[in-house]
Amino acid sequence: MTAAADVQTGAPEATYRGGGWRSRLLTALLVLPASIWYLFLLVLPLAIVLVFSFGSRGPRGGFTPTFSLDNYANVFRAVGVDPFINSLWMAAAGTVGCLLVGLPLAYYIATRAGSRKGLFILLLVIPFWVSFLIRTYAWFLILDPQLAVAAVRDLLGNPEFNLLGTPWAVLTGLVYGYLPLMVFPLYVTLERMDRTLLEASKDLGAGRWATFRQVTLPIALPGLVTGSILVFIPMMGEFVIPQILGYGRTFLVGNALYLDFLEFRNWPAGSAKAVLLIIVMLVTVTFYLWFINRGRRTRETSVL
Amino acid sequence: MSAPAIPAARTGQPVSRAKPVDRLGGLVEFWFRGHTALVYAFLYLPILVVVLFAFNDTERRVTTWSGFSLKWFEVALNDRVVHKAVENSFWIALPNAFLAALFGTMAALGLQRVRKSVRIGYDALTYVSVIVPEIVIALATLVFFSSTLDIVNPALAALQGNPSRPFKINFGRETVIAAHVLFNTSLVLLLVRARLSTMDRTLVEASYDLFATPWRTFRQITLPALLPAIVAGFLLAFTFSFDDYIITTFTSGPQSSTLPLFIFGQVKRGVTPETNAVATMMLAFTLSMLFLGQLVLRWQSRRRGQKSSLAGIVAEAG
Repeated sequence: MTAAADVQTGAPEATYRGGGWRSRLLTALLVLPASIWYLFLLVLPLAIVLVFSFGSRGPRGGFTPTFSLDNYANVFRAVGVDPFINSLWMAAAGTVGCLLVGLPLAYYIATRAGSRKGLFILLLVIPFWVSFLIRTYAWFLILDPQLAVAAVRDLLGNPEFNLLGTPWAVLTGLVYGYLPLMVFPLYVTLERMDRTLLEASKDLGAGRWATFRQVTLPIALPGLVTGSILVFIPMMGEFVIPQILGYGRTFLVGNALYLDFLEFRNWPAGSAKAVLLIIVMLVTVTFYLWFINRGRRTRETSVL
Repeated sequence: MSAPAIPAARTGQPVSRAKPVDRLGGLVEFWFRGHTALVYAFLYLPILVVVLFAFNDTERRVTTWSGFSLKWFEVALNDRVVHKAVENSFWIALPNAFLAALFGTMAALGLQRVRKSVRIGYDALTYVSVIVPEIVIALATLVFFSSTLDIVNPALAALQGNPSRPFKINFGRETVIAAHVLFNTSLVLLLVRARLSTMDRTLVEASYDLFATPWRTFRQITLPALLPAIVAGFLLAFTFSFDDYIITTFTSGPQSSTLPLFIFGQVKRGVTPETNAVATMMLAFTLSMLFLGQLVLRWQSRRRGQKSSLAGIVAEAG
């Protein structure tokens, strides 16, 4: 992301002249509304969730302030941890799915689309502007037992065959929903790739596969990792897709949170799960940052 | 809308093109094109299915085709629940987009003027608001509003004495707008900052050298340069809010159901082609917004002689 890159590279930001109290007041006023929002609708709510996660459920829902680790302990008991494992599996499978579909596509747009790159990217963006819910609903219709699935059922001769309500339907929805987020960073890295490297690899006698593995893939790696993070993280917290396409049977963390907060009104239990989900995210992002930096270091040594 | 296969030769790209003798190369090229065409079909077919079945003349299942009809659009347009949902959707999405565009742009401008440490802290918060899963933001906001209102409303009641209908803050459009503005401010902030960092600084310097006041410099140099990003941010904020289900469902009240909540409810209770008709109208509206935004940007860029497109601006920040 560019903004992060600015901070890292220390890009020269505009410095306005003068630094008196008026200038400082203006700065404060400019940043004030966003700061209020960040403080009251991000920092404070997350802090409250953290506090709630150590509390216990009140007699009529809500929260009784206590300090116990019961909510966390419950998550790690047999059934409580299932949504986390399901989410990890589904998000990993969805990321691999996006990669399998997205990498050839990004490569095609970056190297073969020529002057129509813009059009191809635009065509990729347009479905992304259509409501996520409607796109998920679309698969609810397509996977309807009477539509496309009926043909497959006849072909297989298995009257029980169905897709809605299975993890496969959820997986399809995940890949469909998040594909562009994988393709954009891949496209950006592949687009910047120096094509002469491919020529050089070919001239040195490397085959297509060797060129792909030793030239293209290492160049695409930062985009690949960024894309994977961009799709993995929202997939971990997905709720709409498993609810609609999985009938809630593919029980992910999102479903568990929804039930705890809006159905059972057991806020402390839900808060503990939310905190654990955030921890999973932080671990993932830390791993991502470590990976990106590690990649940078190896490339430097390889230059030497 | 499948992808047109473009022969590499015509585009004149210096790619390792398949030579006539290279059988494998030809196969790989063929597979590339086929894959791309299939992916674009995969992207658009589901949306077409939703639209198609909105015109279904059936009384029973949505997916049993029984002839072309516009009757379900009529049903949807005369449905009071839909009217209320449309009203709520607009009165949430519009104020949200205005506030987010304003706050995000202000913050982006302000952040150039602060110390680096403050900026890094801000960046961290911006990324937290984008990275933390939507459902966690949604439930945290619910818990926050609920806890706050438990304190605020008795206090308000005590202040007002004993009127027949005391003024109270409840879960409703306001709480949804407040929650949406958080995410969207971050979005606009990222877009505008990306634009700021690629902006030509010499113009600002030149403006100061020509003795323009800071306000005049802002109005004549900075704002026009940022406008494409602000417009894109506004449109993205509007569509996000208009299409959002998760945050809305956690922070809305019984009277502030929006179109996505209506559709989700229908999916749970059993869908009719009315659902498709509503979805089709939402879709048409969102896409025409995108189209309009693109036109505005093109008109802007023609006046200023710079190229900008929605996709380009979003890619710049992405």
